Amino acid sequence: MFKQKNYFVPGLAVLVAVLLLSLPSGSAMRIRWVVGSWFLPLFGFASASQHIPADLADIALPRRELLREIHSLRQQNDQLKIRAFQADALEQENGQLRALLHWQSQAPWHLKAATVVMRDPANWWRTVQIDLGSRDGLRENLPVLTPDGLAGRISWVGMNSSQVLLLGDPNCRVSAQVMDPPGDVGILGVGGPLDSSLLDLNYLPGDAGLKPGQNVVTSGLGGVFPRGIPIGKIADSQTLEYGLTTQARVKLNVDLGALDHVFVLFP
Amino acid sequence: MFLFSFPDAMNLTQTTILLAFAFLAVFAESALSGFRTFLGAQPDLLPALMVYAALCLDIWTVTALAVLGGVGFDTLSANPLGASILPLLLVGILIFARRDLILRSLPFAQCVLGGAASAIVPVLTLVLLLNEGSQPLLGWGSLWQWLVMIVVGAAVTPGLFVFFEWCNQALGYPPAKEFSFRPDREILRDRNK
Repeated sequence: MFKQKNYFVPGLAVLVAVLLLSLPSGSAMRIRWVVGSWFLPLFGFASASQHIPADLADIALPRRELLREIHSLRQQNDQLKIRAFQADALEQENGQLRALLHWQSQAPWHLKAATVVMRDPANWWRTVQIDLGSRDGLRENLPVLTPDGLAGRISWVGMNSSQVLLLGDPNCRVSAQVMDPPGDVGILGVGGPLDSSLLDLNYLPGDAGLKPGQNVVTSGLGGVFPRGIPIGKIADSQTLEYGLTTQARVKLNVDLGALDHVFVLFP
Repeated sequence: MFLFSFPDAMNLTQTTILLAFAFLAVFAESALSGFRTFLGAQPDLLPALMVYAALCLDIWTVTALAVLGGVGFDTLSANPLGASILPLLLVGILIFARRDLILRSLPFAQCVLGGAASAIVPVLTLVLLLNEGSQPLLGWGSLWQWLVMIVVGAAVTPGLFVFFEWCNQALGYPPAKEFSFRPDREILRDRNK
């Protein structure tokens, strides 16, 4: 059935597999960098080819349409400038009030834009890779956001790319607070393998009077995510363990299945 | 003294094509998310490729596909490095060991083997992950994802056989033609005889 001399080659492969599985995380990371770099030209090609339809559409777009769009964007820009002035004034006022009350001032957020270049090919993880790495100053556990809210955190950093653990991955737990009014804190856990938009919020008190539509934000506990990043809204809730705890389902603000661009938050 | 024999040049071409295809397949699985968006699951082409390698190529190619394909897959995924090698290798060796008994040219057999390999590889990988202490995302929806992987794996495998057959014909040596004329059987006619 199977010649004895043929056992040597698969045996060698088994040895390689066992060695790889037992490697310390630093060495495994280095191998990941090396093997991951083989895919970089393909990702570059894929991202360049993604822009081709948009470029072709731009060529085909009439000049009048473009001028109209520029005019609309200028108006939007002016409105945003006015809002930024207001925000600056409010920030100053907030700083003065905090100084009067001797409260600790909040550090401003520094964001860096990144593009999602790939998704996890395995169905049992919820991760993406972005095109920023250690040379851009990224490090592990930095929060990743979109304009709609929290998306996840950095789990490992390569030189040119990094892996982001998305909300709902078993390794990405977030301490979350229910708002309107600010109150109970729970742990945002995993969701179902198919639906990435609904996650469980566990370990809320048994008497938490939750209502659908209440906002959920990061609590700031745990030391990874700063306080106040929007996560989603309460969809429904149920009491568990004879009324000792409440479990709620949170509808995420961010569509994790359609992530294209994200922001890495440097606190 | 060699305990094994190296593949010949022709097999090396086939091995190179197969490994290049596996590399592109792993890339496509992470870069393209159409299946994930519409069906909620990402199919894996490596088990189907392993079926082809185990039925048509040598043990070197089976091993190389398991190691390189597995490492490539684990690099782009959150799997621990090396977790995908052993399941692929096991499936490859099982088919390779019994390939003389399998009607490999029949699309039905290819289909069944592709589906079976696509069913076994993720299960073995998950067993390995759970045994290693990882906490993969599992639930009732995982059964649907498993079903999608099996169906796509079964559907794709006969297509892969056709594709690689075409590649071999296009890039390999043409088969030697047998002529009816044989010089040793030529009847020489001469007046002097």
